[in-house]
Amino acid sequence: MKIKTLVAQLPLAVAVAAASTGVSAESLTVVSWGGAYTESQVEAYHKPYTAETGTKIISENYSGGVAEIKAQVEAGNVTWDVIDLEKADVIRACDEGLLVEIDPADLPDGDDGASAVDDFVPGGLEDCGVANIVWAKIVAYDESQFSGNKPSKMVDFFNTKDFPGKRGLKKTPKVNLERALIADGVPGGKVYEVLSTPEGVDRAFAKLEEIKEQVVWWEAGSQPVQLLADGEVSMTTAYNGRIYNAAAVEGKPFTIIWDHQFAELDFFGIVKGTKKLDESMKFLKYATDTKRLADQTNYISYAPARKSSIALVTDKMMPHMATAPENFGNAVPVDHAWWADNQDELNERFNAWLNK
Amino acid sequence: MSTSVPTADNMQVNDPQLKGKLKKAERFLKIRALLLVAPLVLFVLFTFVFPLTEMLYRSIHNPILVDNMPQAAALIREWGQVELPGEDIFSEVGKALVIAREQKTIGRIGNRLNSEHSGMRSLTTKSARKLGKYTGDDYKTYMLGLDKRWGEMETWSAFKVLSSEYTMTHYLAAFDMQYNAKGEIVPQPEDRQIYIDMLLKTLKLSLMVTVFCVILGYPLAYLLSVLPSSKSNLLMILVLLPFWTSLLVRTSAWIVMLQSKGVVNSLLLYLGIISEPLDMMYNQIGTVVAMTHILLPFLILPTYSVMKSISPVYMHAARSLGATPAHAFIKVYFPQSLPGLSAGAILVFILSIGYYITPALVGGRTGQMISNLIAYHMQTSLNWGLGAALAGSLLIVVLVLYGIYNRLVGASQLKLG
Repeated sequence: MKIKTLVAQLPLAVAVAAASTGVSAESLTVVSWGGAYTESQVEAYHKPYTAETGTKIISENYSGGVAEIKAQVEAGNVTWDVIDLEKADVIRACDEGLLVEIDPADLPDGDDGASAVDDFVPGGLEDCGVANIVWAKIVAYDESQFSGNKPSKMVDFFNTKDFPGKRGLKKTPKVNLERALIADGVPGGKVYEVLSTPEGVDRAFAKLEEIKEQVVWWEAGSQPVQLLADGEVSMTTAYNGRIYNAAAVEGKPFTIIWDHQFAELDFFGIVKGTKKLDESMKFLKYATDTKRLADQTNYISYAPARKSSIALVTDKMMPHMATAPENFGNAVPVDHAWWADNQDELNERFNAWLNK
Repeated sequence: MSTSVPTADNMQVNDPQLKGKLKKAERFLKIRALLLVAPLVLFVLFTFVFPLTEMLYRSIHNPILVDNMPQAAALIREWGQVELPGEDIFSEVGKALVIAREQKTIGRIGNRLNSEHSGMRSLTTKSARKLGKYTGDDYKTYMLGLDKRWGEMETWSAFKVLSSEYTMTHYLAAFDMQYNAKGEIVPQPEDRQIYIDMLLKTLKLSLMVTVFCVILGYPLAYLLSVLPSSKSNLLMILVLLPFWTSLLVRTSAWIVMLQSKGVVNSLLLYLGIISEPLDMMYNQIGTVVAMTHILLPFLILPTYSVMKSISPVYMHAARSLGATPAHAFIKVYFPQSLPGLSAGAILVFILSIGYYITPALVGGRTGQMISNLIAYHMQTSLNWGLGAALAGSLLIVVLVLYGIYNRLVGASQLKLG
């Protein structure tokens, strides 16, 4: 009986094996952050690309960082082709020689005729990466946990007296030190100047110390939403798209405080050593053209990184974008060059501070 | 026993032919035995010994400057760290930076230097860009004019530390020390010291987990060993069931139980025992509770199997000779169960020292252990050398503790069943 079924299934197994090798010849592995974000990319980039070219896209998830790319490149066994990275990681991975360099002249012009260099938002073209979205590190709170006075400014995050409850913070000094200084009265534009002095760093840590006992530390982008939903914290720092999704799709009473948001860019890069360089390049150009970047805004509230795409965003989605004028007012740009210089020392100090 | 086994050496064989045959047969047996264990040996070699050695090698191997700017590195190695280097070093470094920029290795060099001294990344990348256009031959004056940091001893000390192919800098960092501008070994500034604290905390938490496992597990193992098998089998399944459940599921279950609006807090609040929710999650309590639960079977199983082999006759004998139950237990039963208990305890302790997932999920700020920092350096800071040095230090600590244990109790006393 067993042998019979085995024999019966043999042709099927052979067919499956043949099909899978057949597919891998014209497939592409695109790696991103998972959750609602990956879904938006599948809808806006992967599906139309497969429909037009026949190339199957395998979507994989990771949680950021350069370690996995480094391991693949150093071992000479690259299985990821295109990857979605945040700016600090694009710079780092490019430094370490883990990504393919991309010439902006190769990228398609915007729909309005502007060249790629002019069309992308400032900082949107790195040596090894092409920006796809503008997102923001923001503070969000749970309406249901504040009966009277509701927080409205980023500074309120540090005010646990008037706005009680635990706080969710990402477990990193980056952006948290900046927030602490702004809450301590430093203007957004002067943050990095102050942080460059030892006294400035002390001041930022002293401000964080005030709420240290109230903080629940998170690491992955999905955690702060969960912390809010569980009532573990009343306010948390988070990524705007995740909060939008919880509020718009799941109907949670979460509100974003856009005051002093930290605008960031995400990039597509190509892993050095990929066996499908041409195909990867083709996908990257396709996914970052005017139409595709505009399309992804229909699925998540991340703003497109091309100016020509911003014009195509629907009125319904526009107010939820980090780049909407009413949200962008006093946004602080993160200084990645400054962080590249100071991260080793500050991370160490931050880890030591956390442990005390 | 050994004399009863005939071998070519201990048997008085006078026939040389027979002796030869016997030797041949023995050799065959040896080869067969070797072939039988060969898959395991190869497996261990490729999946354990080789990667482990490679990783530990990374903690001292430091080829970045020697590979990418060999002449400059050779000159810097000779530099005495008393005063600023001379023109020869400046010009070699200057030229090497330009070449590194062309070869796209400047980023890696900058990042590595930056982990020795903050700011080196921007200094090297910016200077390399400008030096590419420099046509003169007075590099020292030019570079000092480019950026005042080229005139600081710390800058050159960072180069000096990395100029040799092998360096102890990662191990110094793993024990909260560093080289200062003069090349002397000094403690890290106080606000950056973390690894020794973390190591001590890891040992403390592991010890707590072990003690709790012993307190909870020993009586249970005893109960299992004395109950009739119909009842003890059921209890055994209750011990094993969580053991077979995914680690992540069990850890998440503790989050549900202990978080501030979790089951335990809600119940206590409802009963009016407490008025404020207790902080039992995302701190040391969370780590210790979840780890004790997860590691408990590792203590129960070896203890149980040793207890099972202890004949009840000894206890009866002790009692009939007039010992009180407590006295009989301490003098007769406990020493016999000790091999199993100590095997279980050491298993739990060593597993806890390297524990990663549970502290990462439920440890919050204060419940983190050294493995979380190793993971941080492997995944986030990409300082694999320091991660490897921390792992190496942990290995040394475990070996030392095991050595002490061996001296006190004796490894031959360990018994898994």
